[in-house]
This record gives sequence, structure tokens and C-alpha cells, in this order.
Amino acid sequence: MAKSNRINKWLISGPPLLYLIIFFAIPSLIMAFAAFRYPGDYGGLLPLIGPNPDTGANELLVTAENWRDYLTFDNFGLFFSDPIYIELFLKSFWYAGITTLACLLLAYPLAWLIARSPKKYRDLMILLVILPFWSNFLIRVYAWMIILGPQGYFTMALNQVLGVVGLGPVQLMFSHFAVIIVLVYVHLPFMVLPLYANLEKHDMALLDAAQDLGASGWQRFWKVTWPLSLPGVWAGAALVFIPALGMFAVPDLVGGTDGIMIGNLIKQQFLDSRDWPFGSVLSIMLTLAVLLLAGLAAMVGRGGKRDAL
Amino acid sequence: MALLEIRDVVKQFGDFTAVNHVSLSVEAGEFFTLLGPSGCGKTTLLRMLAGFEQPDLGEILLDGVNMAGVPPEKRPVHTVFQNYALFPHMTVAQNIAFPLKMAKVPAEEIKTRVAEVLDDVRLSQFASRYPHEMSGGQRQRVAIGRALVNRPRLLLLDEPLSALDAKLREEMQIELINLQKEIGITFVYVTHDQGEALALSHRIAVMNKGQVAQLDAPETIYSYPKSRFVADFIGQCNLLDATIKSIGADRMQVEIAGVGIAETLPVAGAQVGQSGCLTLRPEKIKLGATLPTGDADEVHFKGRVHDCLYLGDVTIYIVELENGMLVETMLPNSAPGRAKFFDDNDQVELAWRYDAGHFILA
Repeated sequence: MAKSNRINKWLISGPPLLYLIIFFAIPSLIMAFAAFRYPGDYGGLLPLIGPNPDTGANELLVTAENWRDYLTFDNFGLFFSDPIYIELFLKSFWYAGITTLACLLLAYPLAWLIARSPKKYRDLMILLVILPFWSNFLIRVYAWMIILGPQGYFTMALNQVLGVVGLGPVQLMFSHFAVIIVLVYVHLPFMVLPLYANLEKHDMALLDAAQDLGASGWQRFWKVTWPLSLPGVWAGAALVFIPALGMFAVPDLVGGTDGIMIGNLIKQQFLDSRDWPFGSVLSIMLTLAVLLLAGLAAMVGRGGKRDAL
Repeated sequence: MALLEIRDVVKQFGDFTAVNHVSLSVEAGEFFTLLGPSGCGKTTLLRMLAGFEQPDLGEILLDGVNMAGVPPEKRPVHTVFQNYALFPHMTVAQNIAFPLKMAKVPAEEIKTRVAEVLDDVRLSQFASRYPHEMSGGQRQRVAIGRALVNRPRLLLLDEPLSALDAKLREEMQIELINLQKEIGITFVYVTHDQGEALALSHRIAVMNKGQVAQLDAPETIYSYPKSRFVADFIGQCNLLDATIKSIGADRMQVEIAGVGIAETLPVAGAQVGQSGCLTLRPEKIKLGATLPTGDADEVHFKGRVHDCLYLGDVTIYIVELENGMLVETMLPNSAPGRAKFFDDNDQVELAWRYDAGHFILA
């Protein structure tokens, strides 16, 4: 009995585990290792295994004497040598942070409204929230390019209004604003869904109790609804912040030269500059930064409030 | 001036009249119960007292002040909710401190008041626990403590014991009575459990279909139910259909259909020929293998045990009279070493005094 349980457990958890090992753990390790190597002559990495000039047989080229020719810390040195990389990191965190905050502000009332709607309409409304996923991501971004472009009705209308008060015209396309508005648009459903899942489960009797005990509308929200929705807020924030941080397609298409993010730089290193080791360094630094942030968030979230009044 | 006055209150939900012209008043310090089956309007009435619903007609006065338009958070009224509605993200102490914080009581005073209330509800050592770490009875006490902490004029309790098991419920009933005596706050208690209502209340309003069917002290409600509904709803009761034959000065003769003539107490406004029912509580009926006859104050019938329900302390006997009518009686299992006195199909005799029950006009 115990044995067949164990077999069942492995049968169930085995395939996803294997998938994660092959497609996540091993590539991550390869990338971490690549950060310490030299780029190859035509992209890729400088090979560690190659034909021996004397015998022509493939063998390990690295030896105790010459390992410095194959392994290096210089890629990390490069990252810290120019503040432009740190600045780009900070800018990307800033974009992702603003995007997360904007998504939260837009999604919270929406999720609350859906969760409080009659049951028969809720599924329909959730369907509407995820409806944009039915069309291709790039097409949706291109649609934004038309909306934000100088000939778009939105931009023209805005500039008309600004013109009346003596301002503008402004260019919306290829700006920080364009990047953030499209990032918010793309990630909004990822904030709505976990918030809705959380808010829908709230016990309405708690709000009645709070009101009965003297809490005004705002107090009911801040003392009851908000703290109880924090798991949903954290889940939504993670689902928005992390992909937004690594996004390269949106800044590529609507950001122009000024709007690039760390994802664009990583993509450049791998595809354009053919500097895989430095691309790996950037990726690793990004991963570490996200882990650090998540760790900080977890520490703030946990706190001994048991004895507080 | 009564503490709470409900004047001719009506509440409708669409076509359904939940509360239909209810008037009653509750005195300060009273333990007042609204009792009735589900859908009788008792919870709607309670929600109107709390301020969650507004009456369509009539008015509710608290300390002489009309509560119309006063929202729940501004009323000196707190509620103990059916499933406690404790805040799951707050400890016991934080839950109890909540109404004080909302009332902007200074922090130092909050501390002492919370400690006092924790002591009142005997939860001092649980102050830093979360609700999910506590048993049902303990959560119940937190809910009561939280509702009492800033001394409301009126405490509303909405079936607060219904989620507890029978034994705990009895313990909590005793605790509630003592707590109410100690702190002297007026309780308005809603329940569908007639035993609970009888045990706890100073006065009970029995409600049916949105109206007050009877409002009296528990003993009066039990012994002199005014209507068939009240007699049937409160405790077990034999309701024997009967017609008035003659009316004397201190007793009245009625004919129980198919059984015979019985004497009972006269009823004000009754007339010969009127029909109604004779109410008889099972415990007021004498039961024996043979009973002495000849007492002019008693009526006497023969029958046979049709069913018996052994309940441990007492046994319920359903006795079939000679004409086939079933009468419910009970006997304590008082003889030593004896489970019960009679078995199915035993021949028995019944008797009751003329004043054992009373007559309800149809």
C-alpha cells in the first residue's frame, strides 16, 4: 500500500519535475556557466572542447595552466564598469513598478465589482477580461501603435484639446508613456484574475460586522477588505511585475530609443552583439535582483503582529 | 419610557411581507427574545434594529430617538452574528479592540477595556490567538466580547448558539444568562429554538408570518398559549378539537370530537356551540395501569400504548384512546432499575384535571 502510494506520487509529480529540470534548471545552469566564459568568434561561446592541433581528435582544451584563457570574471566586471547598465536596471524596475501599481489601481475596483455582481454575470465578465488573449499579442501591440501614432484619432483629439489651452502638440508614440500604457494593457488581466479569485471568497458578513461595530465605508475597506485581499494583491503583483520587468517586445515596438528596458539589452547581447556571456550576466543579475526583491517582500509580509493591539 | 420601542413596523421584500405591523417595546436590562420558525420575520426585524434594513412603515425608537436614517455604524447597537463574523486576520484582542478603535478611544483605555472584556468572557489567556485557532464556543465568546466592549445600549444576538453542539449550547446558555445579569445590557435575542427561548428570556415574542403571535413571559407562553400556532410551536402539545357545550362560572364543558365530554377553564368571550381546541401538555396528563376514579375535577379515559419513545430521563407514550384518537403523554422513568413503565399495547388509563390545559377558540 505504502509502496504503491509512493509510485503514484512519482508518476504524478515525475513528468512536471522532469520538464522543469530539462527546460528550466539545466538551461539556467548552462546560462550561469556561460556568464564566466568568453564569446565565440562568430557568436555563441568559445568552445571548451575542440580538435587537438596535433592529433585532430576532439578533447578538452582547458587545462590547469591555461584555464584563464577560457574562464573569466570580466563579464561581471563589464556590468559594473559602466553605470548605464545599473541605470537601465533601475529604469526597468521603475517601469515594472509603475505598471504593477497602475494595474493594481485599475484591477482592484474591477475585480471587486465582478466579485460582487450576481453570480450569473460573473463568468461573462471574467470572459470579457480574458477576451484580449484570443488575439495575438503582437497584433494587440500593433493596434496600440496605431492608437498612439501621430495620425491616431486618440492622439489627434488629445492634441486638439491641448492646442485649445495653448499646449502641445505632444508625441505619444515612442515614449516612456507609450511603454507603460501598453505594459499596463498587456498585463491587466493577470492582476484582475487573482484579485477576483480572492475577493470572490470574502465573507460579506465580515463587512456587516465591521459596519455594525462602527466602521465607516473607508474603514471597512482598509481594515477588513484590503488586509484580507493581500494574498491576491501579492499574487497579482508577482504575475505583473516579473513579466513586465523582462519584457522586450513592447519597448521594442512602442518605446523608441529612449524607452528600452533591460530585456531589450539582453536580447541585443544574444542576437545583435553576439556576446552570449554578457547577455548571461545580465540575465543572472536580473534573476538575482528579482529574488532579492521577493525575499524582501516576504520579510515585510511576515512580521510578528500577534501581540499588537 | 421603554429603552426600545417598535411602532407598527412593516417591511416588504417585493411581494413578500417579512414584517407585518409589529409593535412592541423592550425595557432596559431585559433579556428579550424573538422566537419563531424560519421566515417568520424575526431576523428581518433584528436587521432593522441594527440598521441594515429600513422599515417601509412605522418607526423604531431607541431611548426615545427615532432611528430612521441612522446607519448601522452610528447606532449604539451591536450584533452577535450567527457565524460570529470574527475578523480572521486579527487576533482575539485585536477583534475585541476593533469597535473601540473605530470609536477613537485612546490607546491606553483600549488596553484596559479589552483586558476587562477578555476577563468577562473568560478568554484572558487567548488574547493573542487567531480565530481559526479556537473552538466554536471560544469564538462565540470572542464575538460576544467584541459586541459588548464599547457598551452598546442594546445587544442583538442572531441565533448565536445554533452552530454549537447540544452540550456546549447548554453551557453557553448559562454563561449568557450570567453575563447579561452581570453587565446589565439589554439583550434582544433571535432564535428558532423554543427550548433556548424559554430557558434564557425574561419575555418572548413568538412570531409567525411577520406578526407577533404572542408576547409574554416564558411560563405564560408555555402554559397559556393564546393560539393553536403558539401551542404547537412551543414544546409538545396535544391539541384536541372540541366544541363548547356549556359555560359555567368557573368551568366550561366541551365535547372532544369522538371522545366525550371534558371540563376545562372558561374562556373570556366564549359562547356555547363555538369550536376550538383543548390544549394539553403531555406532562400534565396522568398515566397509569389503573387510576382512581371519582374525583369530580378529573376526566378519565382508557386506552392502549400505541408507541413509546424512551428518552433516558423520561419516556414519551403515545396512547390510543378507545375511539382511535392519539394522545401524547410522558412519565419520568423514576422507578429504580426500571427503564420504562409500559410497553407497546399495554392497557393504560389517562386522567387530567379540568385546569390541566386550556381552551383556544378557533
